Formats: sequence, structure tokens, C-alpha cells
Amino acid sequence: MYDVLIIGGGVVGCAVARKLSQYAGNIALLEAAEDIADGASKANSGIVHAGYDALPGTKKAYYNVKGARMYGKLARELGVPYAQNGALVIGFSEDDRKILEKLYAQGRENGVEGLRLIGREEILRLESETNPEVLCALDVPGSAVVSPYEMTLALAYHAAENGAEFFLDCPVGRLWAEKGKWHAETPRGVFEARAVVNCAGAGSAVLHNMISDEKVELIPRRGEYYLLDATVKCPFTRTMFQCPGKMGKGVLVTPTAHGNTLMGPSAEDIPDALDTATTRKGLDFVMEKCRLTWPKMSTRAVITTFAGVRAHLTSGDFVIGPVHSAPDGAYEAVGIESPGLTAAPAIGEELGEMIAEDLKMPNRRIFKAPVKLLKPFAAMTEEERAAACRENPEYGRIVCRCEVVTEAEIRDAVRRPVGARSIDGVKRRTRAGMGRCQGGFCSPRVMEILCEETGLSPLEITKCGGESRLLAGTLTDIAKEARDHE
Amino acid sequence: MSEKAIQVDVLVIGAGPAGLAAAIAAKKQGVDSLIVLEREDQPGGILRQCIHNGFGLHRFKEELTGPEYARRDIDAAREMRIDIRTGVTVLSVSRDRRITAVSRENGLQVFQAKAVVLAMGCRERPRGALAIPGTRCAGIYSAGTAQKFVNLEGFMPGRRVVILGSGDIGLIMARRMTLQGAKVLACVELMPYSSGLNRNIVQCLQDYGIPLYLSHTVVDIHGRERLTGVTVAKVDENRKPIPGTEMEFDCDTLLLSVGLIPENELSVGAGVQLSPVTSGAVVTDSLETSVPGIFACGNVLHVHDLVDHVSSESFRAGEAAARYAMGLRRTGKEIAVRDGRGVRGTVPQKIVLDGENGEVSLMFRPDRVYRDHYLTVYADGKAVSSVKKMILTPGEMAVQPLNEKLLAACAGAKEITLAVTEEKAV
Repeated sequence: MYDVLIIGGGVVGCAVARKLSQYAGNIALLEAAEDIADGASKANSGIVHAGYDALPGTKKAYYNVKGARMYGKLARELGVPYAQNGALVIGFSEDDRKILEKLYAQGRENGVEGLRLIGREEILRLESETNPEVLCALDVPGSAVVSPYEMTLALAYHAAENGAEFFLDCPVGRLWAEKGKWHAETPRGVFEARAVVNCAGAGSAVLHNMISDEKVELIPRRGEYYLLDATVKCPFTRTMFQCPGKMGKGVLVTPTAHGNTLMGPSAEDIPDALDTATTRKGLDFVMEKCRLTWPKMSTRAVITTFAGVRAHLTSGDFVIGPVHSAPDGAYEAVGIESPGLTAAPAIGEELGEMIAEDLKMPNRRIFKAPVKLLKPFAAMTEEERAAACRENPEYGRIVCRCEVVTEAEIRDAVRRPVGARSIDGVKRRTRAGMGRCQGGFCSPRVMEILCEETGLSPLEITKCGGESRLLAGTLTDIAKEARDHE
Repeated sequence: MSEKAIQVDVLVIGAGPAGLAAAIAAKKQGVDSLIVLEREDQPGGILRQCIHNGFGLHRFKEELTGPEYARRDIDAAREMRIDIRTGVTVLSVSRDRRITAVSRENGLQVFQAKAVVLAMGCRERPRGALAIPGTRCAGIYSAGTAQKFVNLEGFMPGRRVVILGSGDIGLIMARRMTLQGAKVLACVELMPYSSGLNRNIVQCLQDYGIPLYLSHTVVDIHGRERLTGVTVAKVDENRKPIPGTEMEFDCDTLLLSVGLIPENELSVGAGVQLSPVTSGAVVTDSLETSVPGIFACGNVLHVHDLVDHVSSESFRAGEAAARYAMGLRRTGKEIAVRDGRGVRGTVPQKIVLDGENGEVSLMFRPDRVYRDHYLTVYADGKAVSSVKKMILTPGEMAVQPLNEKLLAACAGAKEITLAVTEEKAV
């Protein structure tokens, strides 16, 4: 029996878990995938939006602005890569100028500070690689970039540090209230709790409709991206947006928190919330759009493409709070699309407080500070590297040569609470496999370390859980199978 | 810096075929101290996983497997008491040849070398670089990674295989996986010709009835967790997929053999100038890069077809590095070497005429397949040699030797241009 069950281990679920772990009570987070941050939280633009885009008076506007104000401090506390690099929303026509003026007014109304409308000359002075045909821009100094999956992981680590339990590979098939208790049926048994929080991202509408008479409709909206290698310096220091349209905030070119260049997203409504395949059409759209911002764009440095699915509600706004027309003790954060990453800390804060108050959970006696994450070897000075090797010889073993990730860091990523269990899990925690060769050299070695740390056989190691095993069998097994087949 | 630097005459980075040959040659020149740093636990480089034969025909006049070829150089190096340190990863090389490296045994170490030989090899182009649409499931490997799993670890990545690209490693893996019980459904090549050696097309595909689809590519990848299939389509002359030509393959594995890229991150850190064509250093005929005292050879310089060529090039680099470390400097008139029509990535890019050049080999790849064409050498635009070639193909490195007589004919010129011509020009 738990006090609170959080369903969904994305950035919102983990922010709620972290806030609730401040209180005395038993918290469990159930995640359907094999790792947290497996949905939209790992595949988005990684932007901390200032808050000019959301319509004044909406929940999106409120949580966006509040979340953005919390971010810098939170990222520093948790040790997550974050940089307030500012943004420009650029326009190429008089119509665009009208949109920018509207955004400016909207931003002011939402309480965003420092907004300015600027002209071509200043734009080109600030960002010289911008298309010289640019006419005007909204300067957004408060915009920032963050590593979204690392933010999610760090929130989870901190929650776990303070007693929250994490259950992975644990999709909720059925959710119901009975005799004042909530029940969640999963492949790992039925979890019971006094309260549940639905933070299930693209799956949140299904859960909502399971327990509420007021139905919502969610349309999965897919966004595709190109990622360029960090060895090629991003041509812009700021996040460069084009004017937003009906489907989203506009295609961007931005440096990431790790110094790669990110281009995207497209926006396409799709039937299947789990369909994160990229498409020729989507990728070509991104390419064409980005060329307008950055005419000298080159695809030479592309290291990967990916897609994420945003949870777009037809009603347009976030739904946050107690679930309407449902038994007591049900809470939710549904339809958390952009600016969800920005809003997450604020959503976590408010939902957490609300639940703790309703359940009368007192503050925990000691709320432990986040355990300091290892400083990446790649970011160390020569002296720090020498010292690290003296302390732990496993720092002397470079596993991922592209991103300079050591064996010590990979072992730590597997060993820690809410640790990595798959190749992608290691990648998100350490950057091993994120570079130019995309794991070509390091994946066999990462697999070996995963085996050593978890006791699994190489045949059981997966790329990202489920059936995503990397190997089919031993040479003997497969050869025998083939002979038997004949 | 706090770490005390270890002084060394010649430091070689990498103990694959290039690094081994360079070290052997440097030692033969009589350098006092020589260290080879290798990141893997054993020397031999990629040859260790190339268990097929076909190596060494030029150099040893016999067909060896990869490990056997490597063994000869490793044994020679051992006999010469060359200091090969394995499990050591080089982190940086500076312009003034200060090298930092780490290992489990010795932690961070700093070396100060009089000459450096870059011999880090190359890496495979990954799926991401091609931006093939589709899912990002398990079951997609570069051919070399699959080769490592099969030949060094004893595991099969999958049962039903499609290979994209017809590079040599992909072709070799088609045969290897077939022999091990997998079904290789197709080898798909974007270009109208293969980028692999002809003998590999015959021995690895044709002998096993594996179809080669030229002017085709993978346009979609299916499968949420593990690969379940790929869509292949024909491409037009601009390499764009032609709608309506799609074929579905039901496979659990996609191997990529779509190009090798010299791994020059350390070189860039040292300020070495790279060629945008080869992605390797710009070098003189003694394999010296734009940074004095830093030399490059093997696949880090330009991607070779045969290891025999790697060895001979690396002997010259090792020799030159040793001479540099001993204080011998080459001086003479510099002649630029340029790619003409049909020629891509000629190495070396510069010849220093000092009267001791001997025969200089210009190596390059043609930009497409040519039959019965002439390879012509121009000195400042004037043809000085024109030799008929039955076939020139991008899959095979072409060599144009410049003997002393030809070099003498070019001596007055500012630049030498190499081109493929239809007619005999001299």
C-alpha cells in the first residue's frame, strides 16, 4: 500500500515524484517502458521557453512562466546541463512582423521579461549566420537550453534518494478506485494507493478516460529532428525560431546543452502515440525550413535523426489538478505538450503540494540534497583527470572514444539507483554512443560492462528494453538452427 | 601542467597495421626511444577481426588472414624490442607534440615527442549520418561492429540480413554470416557500381547467390523494438528514390557498409590541416602533415583498399618521422599535387624536391568507373605522361608512380595534376 502512485516516468512524473519525496509517505512511480524519460521527455527540442507563446490566462502560460523561472536554480542544484542562451524568433515578411508583435504583447502579458522587437541589422549583428533576408525578430533573452532526459533522470535520482520507489517495465493496464483505495493493475501485480497521479504523457488520455466521465481527446503529434555532431560548432549562440504556426512553435535551429546543433521539429498528427519513426517527408520538411533560417546549412555533420510524439489535447490547454468526475484521490497532468519540459518543475511543485496537503502528508524530517553526479571525464581539466584516475583506475579506460566516456562513468550509471539497464539507458546517462560513430565502437564494450554489472548474458542485453535484443544467439546456436531447418 | 612529461623521440599513435609498420621503420632508422600507444588491449587493429584471407599478396606474396598479417608485424616489433603499450587511449596531441593519454595501469600520462606518427585508422559511417527514415530499433549495425561480434565475441547479431552498401567489410560479412547459418537476402548499393573490390563481389556475393542491387537504397526501416524489415527502392541518376519501385525485405538485421571516415579528431586538435576530399591530413611525399614533426599514414590519412598499401605507406612515414626526430630536415622546392578530371583525393598533396625523393607514388580513387582510359600527369598543364588503364574503379585505389625521370620532368613546375583522359595525351 502506497500513499501515492505516480503513473509515468517522464519529466512531469519525475518532477511530481521529486516534490512528493519531500513529504513523509510512500511514493511509487510506475513507468511502462524499460527506462524513465523514454517518451517525449527524451525526444524534444530541449528548450526552456520564456513564455511568450502561450495564450495569456491559459495553464500553459502560467506553468510555462513559473517553470522557466525555476529552471536555472533547479538545473544547478541537480547538476544538469543548462544554459540561458536566449532566443530569437525571426520573421521574413510583414505578416511575420504582425505575428511577432502579437507574441511580444502576449509575452509581456504573461510576465516574460526582457522581450524586444529588433530589426535586420541587429539580428545579423547578434547572429551573423542568419539568412540576410530576415526582416525582424523577437529577442527573448530569458530562453534557455537544457538536456531534457538528463533533467528527467536527475529528478528521478533525487526522488529515489528520498525514498521514492521506481518500477520500470510496468505499464498500467487498468486503474480503478475501490473502497477508498486506488488500484493499478500491471504485469508486476496490482499496486494500491491512497492517491494516483496520471503523468502518462502520450498515454495520459487513455488513463484519464478510464477513470473520469469527462472524456478528453488526445492527438499524438510527431516531431522529427536532425542532430549534428558537436565537433562542428553551432552557427548560432541563440535558439533561432521561425514564426509559430497552428501546429507548434515553429522550426528551430539551436545549440543543445551539450554543444550539438539541433534542427526541427516537424509537426504531424498521427494515429499511434508510440510511432516515433522518422519519415522522408518529415525530415525533408525540417531541412527545407531550416535552410530558411540558416542558408549555409550543411548535412555533412548529421549524426542522427529522431522523432518524438507530443501529447496534444484537442482542447488545446494543459489539464492539471484533481481529475474531474472521478473518485477522490485522482490527480493528473494531461496533454502536457510543449512547453511541458519548461512547465514540469512548476507542475511538479504545485501538484505535489496539492496532493501532500490533501493526504495530510507531513514534511519529511530530512530531505536529502541531490547526490552530486560524477563530473564527466570529458569535461575535466588535465589535473582533474589525473586525480580521477588515481582515485579510480577505471577512469583510465576510455570506452566511448567519440564522447570520451570512461568505464568508471558507465559502471556508475548502471549501479546508481534508477540506473541504466540497456545500451540506450547508458547512452542517456553517460553520452557513450552519442557521438560520430553512434556506438559502432563502444556498444560491444558497453554490453560487456552491462553484463558484468547486472549478471545478464550478452544475449539478454537490449538496446531499449522489450524485444530490442542486440544479439540473436551464439555462433553455434544459429548454425545449428540453420542445419536443423534444412 | 602538473604531470611530468615522458620524453620520447618518436611516438606512434595506434598499433594497427599502419602504426606497427611506422614503428618498425622508425626503429630501423635507429631512433633511441620509440613508443607505440594502442587503445585496445592487443596490437593489430582492425586486422584482428578480419579472419578471412586475402591479405599480404603484394607484400608477402601469399594470402594471409588478417590476424596472421598483423602477427608478422607484431612479432617483428617484439624482436626489435619496440615498446608497444596497449590499453592506452590518447586524449590529445598538441601542435608542439605534447601528448596526453590515459590507461588503467598508469592513469594520465604526458609524453613529449620529437616526432609523432598519427595512425589511428578510420571509423564506419553510421546509420544516423545517412538519415535513413524509419524506426530506431535494435538490429542495425555497421558491418565492422557485426564483424567484431561474430569474429571476436562469438555471437550472431541476427538471422535474416540485408546489407546496405557494398564496401568490402559488408561483402565479407555477407559471406561470413551466410557460412554461419544466417540468410543474407540482398546487398543494396546506392551507386551504379560497387565500392568494394571486384574479387569480393565474386567470392562473397556471387558464389553464394546473394543478389546485388545496384542503384538501390534503403528508404524505410521497420520494427519498434527489433528490426522486422526494410523497404528498398531503386534510385534515379541523382540518387533519389523512384516511387513505385519499392521492395519489402523481411529481415531482423541491417548491416551498413556505407563508407569509412578517417578518424582525425586528434589531428584536428593538433592543428593539422585536413583535406575535405580524403578527410585525412594534407601531407608531403614523406607523409608529413601541415604541422612540422607530425606525420600520418594508413586509414587515418586516406581510406585504403589493401593493407599492403597501408604498410608500404607507413614504412615511409615511420622512416621520415625517425629522420625528423634525429634532426634531419628536408628542404627543397615544393610542388603541389592536384586532382584533375576524374581523380579524387590524391595523396600526397605536396612533393618536396630535395633530390632524395626516390619514386613517389601518387594514390587516388577515380570518381566513377572508367574503362580503357588514360591516366595522365600534367606539369603546369603540360602532359608529361599518359598511361592506358583497362579499368579504374572507385572500389580500388589507383596508383600513379612518379619515377625519378618523371619527377625530373616536373621539377620546374609549380603543380602536378593527375587526370583521367579519353585520349593518350603524350
